[in-house]
Amino acid sequence: MDNHIQHNDIYALAHHHRFQWEEAQQSYVILFPEGMIKLHGGAGEVVKRVDGKATVGDIVADLKATFPDAEDIEKDIIGLFELAVSKTWLRKV
Amino acid sequence: MTQTSGTQVNNGVVASATQTQPLWLLAEVTYRCPLHCAFCYNPTDYDQHTQNELTTEQWIQVLRDARKLGAIQLGISGGEPLLRDDIEDIVIEAKKLGYYSNLITSGVGLTEKRIQTLKDGGLDHIQLSMHDITEEINNFITNTKTFELKKKVAAMIKSHGYPMVLNVVIHRYNIEHMKAILEMAEALGADYIELANNQYYGWSLINRDQLMPTREQLEHAEAVTNAFRATGTKMKIFYVVPDYFNDRPKKCMNGWGEVFMIVTANGDVLPCHSARVLPNMQFPNVKDADLGWSWKDSPAFNKYRGDSWMKEPCRSCDEKEKDFGGCRCQSFLLTGDAEAADPVCSKSPYHHLIEKAIEDAKNPTLAAQPILFRNDKNSKKIISGELKELTDKFHSLP
Repeated sequence: MDNHIQHNDIYALAHHHRFQWEEAQQSYVILFPEGMIKLHGGAGEVVKRVDGKATVGDIVADLKATFPDAEDIEKDIIGLFELAVSKTWLRKV
Repeated sequence: MTQTSGTQVNNGVVASATQTQPLWLLAEVTYRCPLHCAFCYNPTDYDQHTQNELTTEQWIQVLRDARKLGAIQLGISGGEPLLRDDIEDIVIEAKKLGYYSNLITSGVGLTEKRIQTLKDGGLDHIQLSMHDITEEINNFITNTKTFELKKKVAAMIKSHGYPMVLNVVIHRYNIEHMKAILEMAEALGADYIELANNQYYGWSLINRDQLMPTREQLEHAEAVTNAFRATGTKMKIFYVVPDYFNDRPKKCMNGWGEVFMIVTANGDVLPCHSARVLPNMQFPNVKDADLGWSWKDSPAFNKYRGDSWMKEPCRSCDEKEKDFGGCRCQSFLLTGDAEAADPVCSKSPYHHLIEKAIEDAKNPTLAAQPILFRNDKNSKKIISGELKELTDKFHSLP
């Protein structure tokens, strides 16, 4: 599978996966059969924006605008997409 | 990756380093079961817990209380959960509360009508047990005629848009069929398959001689699985490593009272499936104890948290953080001492017990002994002590 992330790629949550805020853990999680992924602060903000419509570029721009003080976040965002796609939490649409 | 990445441990269940939460709630709603599997991990004395099951209202309260403690993955298991007629109500409540819910079933009792109601109620997935590619082995090991039914149920699960999650317990009777089992799963359209190499608790410990594969069989099965993975299959394959064949024990339940909580048919609250075999332990029961207290403060849940309970060789072991000394139940069942190192560990003074079991697996006479199937009659015999000779083979079976 080609996990190279392009700015005009669009992703959605993988089938049978659910993304939700967990109050008890104060974090976002992705739920799927037999497991869950706890997303630390920044990762949750990224996946929250993955909706099957926004491009990776849109999400990077939105996060840069929302967190203007965060330095060099684009690398982290792309890294997260790479990880999420390789783990099949996300699917390309 | 930087700190933005997710953390994944053991099939994706996250362990929190700072505070423990019962992220995974297993509701063993009944011990009644139409199947009689030789490898069932249920307690051998389950028959005494079939008449005092929690009511629907009590289960709903358990779901609410556990959710407040942070529970999020819900397994509805048994026995065969579908023998209860209120699974639909439990599922609807689980959905309302935000659980990701999983029905763990043999398929017996799953009808078109029930699966539709479960789907409408918000059940997230169904894990179906399969036993073999042959009708003969399926029917033999479960002591039932369920082979055709399971294939029908698999198709039903798929047609209702569920992810197909198959669980196959692996033992000497099916281990040489691994390739065919994987091909069958793929042909059925499985999204996930769990190849659960048998672990030896409950009924499966009593039948250990009959069920345990040889090391050669196991190594072959592992190679077959890896080769199948390499074909680029889309199926996610979870291969549960059988701990007897490892040098180090498993990090059982991700640690005692760390992420798993089990509520049994009669309401006992346990940190693992077989904890009731441990001596001198009083487990809380939801009928008279608060669930939050049970998880956080009860003596039972704190007994083996952390490492202060450890003896040598665990106490000074530089790997103790990795496996917490293994499984308390296995230590007790095989050595008679719940605080001993898990005998699976090559550093355990009792490791010869495991080596002997592996050696015994090569002995066809031992393997040919009759199997004690899991059923009410045999459970009653175990409770009454009638099968004492058999259960005494291991130090401390219930």
